[in-house]
Amino acid sequence: MIKLFKNLTKKDLMIVLIVSLLVIFSVYLDLKMPEYMSDITILVQTDGSKMSEILIAGAHMMACAFGSLFCTIAVGYFSSLLSARFSRTLRRLLFKKVEDFGLTEIKKFHTSSLITRTTNDVTQIEMLLAMGLQLIIKSPIMAIWALMKIIGKSAELSMVTAIGVVIIVVTNLIIIMIVTPRFAKIQKLTDNVNGVTRENITGIRVIRAFNAEKFQQSRFDKVNDEITKIHLKVTRTFALMDPIMNFVMHFQHLGIYVVGAIIIINSTMMNKLTTFSNMVVFSSWGIQVIMSFLMLTMIFMILPRARVSANRINEVLDEEVNIKSGIFKGETKEKGTIEFNNVSFKYPDADEYVLKDISFTANRGETIAFIGSTGSGKSTLINLVPRLYDATDGEVKVDGINVKEYDLKSLNNRIGYIPQTAVMFTGTVEENVSYGDNGKKKATLNEIKKAIEVAQAKEFVEKMDDTYKSHIARGGTNISGGQKQRLSIARAIARDPEIYIFDDSFSALDYKTDSTLRKELKKYTKNATCLIVAQRIGTIMNADKIVVLDKGECVGIGTHKELLKNCPIYKEIALSQLSEEELQNA
Amino acid sequence: MPRPQREVEKVNDLKGTLIRLFKNLNKWKYLLVIAVIFAIVAAILSTVAPNKLADVTDVITEGIKPRTENIEKLNKEIYKHANITKINNIENYKELTQEEKLEIFNTFKYKKIEITREDQVKYFDILLTMDKETINEKALVKLDKIPNSIKSFIEPKMDTDELTYRSVILGIIYLLNSILAYAEGIIMAYVGIGYSKNLRKNISKKINKLPLKYFDSHETGDILSRVTNDVDTIGINMSNTITSLVANITLFLGSIVMMFVTNWVMALTAILSSIIGFILSFILLKKSQKYFVRRQKELGELNGHIEEIYSGHNVVKAYNGEESALKEFDRINNNLYDCNRKSQFLSGIMQPIMHFIGNFGYVAVCVVGALLVMNGKTSFGVIVAFMIYVRLFTNPLSRIAQAATTVQSIAAAAERVFEFMDEKELSDESSLKEKVNVKEIKGNVEFKNVKFGYNEDRTIIKNFSANVKSGQKIAIVGPTGAGKTTMVNLLMKFYEINDGDILIDGKSIKQLKRENIHDLFVMVLQDTWLFDGTIRDNIKFNRKNVSDERIWEVCKTVGIDHFIKTLPKGLSSEVGDNNNISLGQKQLITIARGMLEDAPFLILDEATSNVDTRTEELVQKAMDKLTEGKTSFIIAHRLSTIKNADLILVMKEGNIVEQGTHTELMNKKGFYADLYNSQFEL
Repeated sequence: MIKLFKNLTKKDLMIVLIVSLLVIFSVYLDLKMPEYMSDITILVQTDGSKMSEILIAGAHMMACAFGSLFCTIAVGYFSSLLSARFSRTLRRLLFKKVEDFGLTEIKKFHTSSLITRTTNDVTQIEMLLAMGLQLIIKSPIMAIWALMKIIGKSAELSMVTAIGVVIIVVTNLIIIMIVTPRFAKIQKLTDNVNGVTRENITGIRVIRAFNAEKFQQSRFDKVNDEITKIHLKVTRTFALMDPIMNFVMHFQHLGIYVVGAIIIINSTMMNKLTTFSNMVVFSSWGIQVIMSFLMLTMIFMILPRARVSANRINEVLDEEVNIKSGIFKGETKEKGTIEFNNVSFKYPDADEYVLKDISFTANRGETIAFIGSTGSGKSTLINLVPRLYDATDGEVKVDGINVKEYDLKSLNNRIGYIPQTAVMFTGTVEENVSYGDNGKKKATLNEIKKAIEVAQAKEFVEKMDDTYKSHIARGGTNISGGQKQRLSIARAIARDPEIYIFDDSFSALDYKTDSTLRKELKKYTKNATCLIVAQRIGTIMNADKIVVLDKGECVGIGTHKELLKNCPIYKEIALSQLSEEELQNA
Repeated sequence: MPRPQREVEKVNDLKGTLIRLFKNLNKWKYLLVIAVIFAIVAAILSTVAPNKLADVTDVITEGIKPRTENIEKLNKEIYKHANITKINNIENYKELTQEEKLEIFNTFKYKKIEITREDQVKYFDILLTMDKETINEKALVKLDKIPNSIKSFIEPKMDTDELTYRSVILGIIYLLNSILAYAEGIIMAYVGIGYSKNLRKNISKKINKLPLKYFDSHETGDILSRVTNDVDTIGINMSNTITSLVANITLFLGSIVMMFVTNWVMALTAILSSIIGFILSFILLKKSQKYFVRRQKELGELNGHIEEIYSGHNVVKAYNGEESALKEFDRINNNLYDCNRKSQFLSGIMQPIMHFIGNFGYVAVCVVGALLVMNGKTSFGVIVAFMIYVRLFTNPLSRIAQAATTVQSIAAAAERVFEFMDEKELSDESSLKEKVNVKEIKGNVEFKNVKFGYNEDRTIIKNFSANVKSGQKIAIVGPTGAGKTTMVNLLMKFYEINDGDILIDGKSIKQLKRENIHDLFVMVLQDTWLFDGTIRDNIKFNRKNVSDERIWEVCKTVGIDHFIKTLPKGLSSEVGDNNNISLGQKQLITIARGMLEDAPFLILDEATSNVDTRTEELVQKAMDKLTEGKTSFIIAHRLSTIKNADLILVMKEGNIVEQGTHTELMNKKGFYADLYNSQFEL
């Protein structure tokens, strides 16, 4: 937690200081007020007091009340300023950090977790600062100060207050200790209820086909029972809090009066009045003492949650980014060449290699295809080119230079990468296709249109309401998967790269679109080098080179015809998709 | 404190929904009424308590002031017993010697207490040094020195019996108040939580009764949020809000009444001094609401942007989109900062203002009360009581306002839940008498002029007829999104056909119960639906009495037995969070599940697009086994496997555009032929 707050700037710390001073002053004023009350009590009980004296004491109290009001408003202003500033800073730090992450780091944290860390966790910290800061500064000061005032006045009455404080603090801590761990459990059980319901909905066809409605209902009833039980336990425990607090406060008040009365009976006439006025003031201070201890226990409730969030944020900020940009930005002699020299790759902390000793070269304008079963490492392999991962051993060269030496931007400018699942951004079709920066000028509308045409997306785009200016919803939910994939390919084309990387980008397309698209693309980008990962034999049959991968190893390189002859794994894959006769005809 | 964290939700029919919610409470209704009564009684006790505290205070104040009025009486008594003749020269009394003074007085008994002449001398010595009018601190010091026999008449006397009596009464009131409040809390916990459990259960049951059309046209997330968020909103808020609303209204009204009963001048003082504050905070609340709404909006936008950039991380990086993403992020982040600050601040100062109102009332009550006490118009206990009334009176209003917004959100949530509960259910089939016995069925299906459309104005299957004989294989092909699952929906009676008929062994499915039809089919779908549980549970599913041997048997047939054996827990391995089970293996598990079912018809969606080719081969083999001896409907994705189908239905944009065998369709050189040939082209 403290570590996180090291991100506070000098200006932020100044605000903390101002808030602290204001809080101290307001506590002073709050505690001063009952003293005037004590004066008034004595004035009222003494014959011959003048009305003006009471009004003066009243005016003093009013001044305290106003002063306290302005202090706390100022505290509110500064702490909201601080919390908003700090949360803005944290969010920005996190966002920038995640932008720098490579795939390894993203995989380690999971995207959904990174999102909650940037949003919810920061909000938790923000709440802590907005509400908790005053609480954390105010309650101890208030508690100690009020205690000091009390203890000097009367030992007996202090005892009564102390008993009240002890009861409240102990019961509150017990309640918090019972409840807090169960909150986490409730969260988990809520997930379970959600999970079973989601299952019921997504599997509705299967469930009905198997007449399994009752079976699913019993599964739901089970999680429903569990969450109800724990909810009851927590709520029952919480139900104790208010009555106990009220009980203690009331009895403390009554206790102070009764004990006060006994002291008055036993004291001299001279002391009776002072004891009485003490008693009246005491009941005010007593409530303040109890309240401040109550606030203190509340901190124990807020802090653990905020600490969890702070740790989660720190984990991201502390993560070392493995992939660092090189410096090479210049022109290269070669264009569109890719070379893998004995490349091996394993995830950090993993024992097994995902890729072992892969070597091949691709010349300008060639199409290299990669095929193999799931987990054979084909996606990982092509992700090494745009440095989404870095090779563990060996070297990957683009245009004759090791990718690690490139300035990342300069490397990316050479590459058009199309991922397995198409990514769409909120905005228009046009914006999506011209996305990013390729070091050259932004694509013109004509270039965009051409790219869309080549990607076989012209037909549906022109059918959309605003054609090229049509809005794409968040996550591309208003167009189909195949349409998204085609726009994602158009995006790469509009980038006009030397190298295309298709990471299984064609499987969302039907055969027909797939083959026309590839035909058009070939025509349009004669000089570009293509790396294609695919599962369908049909997609890759005519590639210049096919690299067959099995469990991370290269088990064959060659053309379709060559591989059919000398690579058993390739043949097996081919035969699983097409009959012998079809393979011959092709 | 009212913290408008969320936008106040719109409720279409607040009253109606609340009435329905109350009626819906069933057995909890009575508990709720009891809890409300408890809350009201507890609140009344709270308002009575300060008045009783005033009584206690008054008993104590009586024990503070010296009974100066007794000095006169005592003096007269002393005169009566004194040697009057000796004191004619009273002006010189101060100059008399001790002996001379003693001669003047006589020892006598007053109210059973003996007062010696020595005491009388001391008494007069002190009395003569005092100023007659004021009893100030100096005077008190002197009074304290008066001999005890005489002092006992002047000393303030507290009525200890009365004090004990009144304290005990007040103590009982406080105790009762807390017990009732706790009981009320417990009862409401049962009501809120019990009711929400019931609601969740009913929603889950409802899911099973809704037609598939509902799920195809509503998002899963929407239904989910009704089961969890909305139900929680109702349950949790109901526990705290309803009784709090009633209790606070009682407190508010009760304290007004009690204040006027106790002292109307001070009641007016307390109320007037609070009203200004209330108006001020109401204005602030309205103002901050605006920023909270904006904040919610900005937060949503920021979330969306972050989600987009994080999940599209690879593209953002590969296309050098970081800078523009950061620029957009900064823009939203700054907007959020702005309304965060303002909303936080405005809602943050509510607290000090309420605090100030409390203090302001406190001071006003003290001052006005003090003036009244000095004029003898009221007692000090009343001031003490009013110091508490000011708090009792100012707190409820903000809580009532808060509870009112919460009631609003309860109603909004309840409305959404009720809306779901009111959705049209599947037609009642209890009147359908026809039945097909699984064991006796032959396995013929006839489609007779079937017409169907998901929307009434758009028929997508126009007049489709086909005759399927027992044991035949029917393939349904077409590009993605061509509506291949439509045929499944109709066969399984997930959707009702608009016109025409489907006959199973000559019996119209319109006359058969859905359950009966489902018994006739084995269905294995593309989305490998597995639930959170063990592999065994997933294969067994809802069937009881399936032995492990039988499960191993089907696993072997499917070819997944070897894989399951490699898992450390075998059949008991959890499916949910097990990353070791690939998509293809999951598909094999669903096939095994289908295999356990012995039914004459099979519906098979053989899509394996996410499975690698070698696993695919394994899946394919398993599927072939599954089709043996069954009339099967296969949604095909690879054309090579269905060449031997008895009937191929070619679908495009929802319609069946061609039908026939492979050879027939190839000769036709239509859409199917195109589709088939495209897989060999580059």
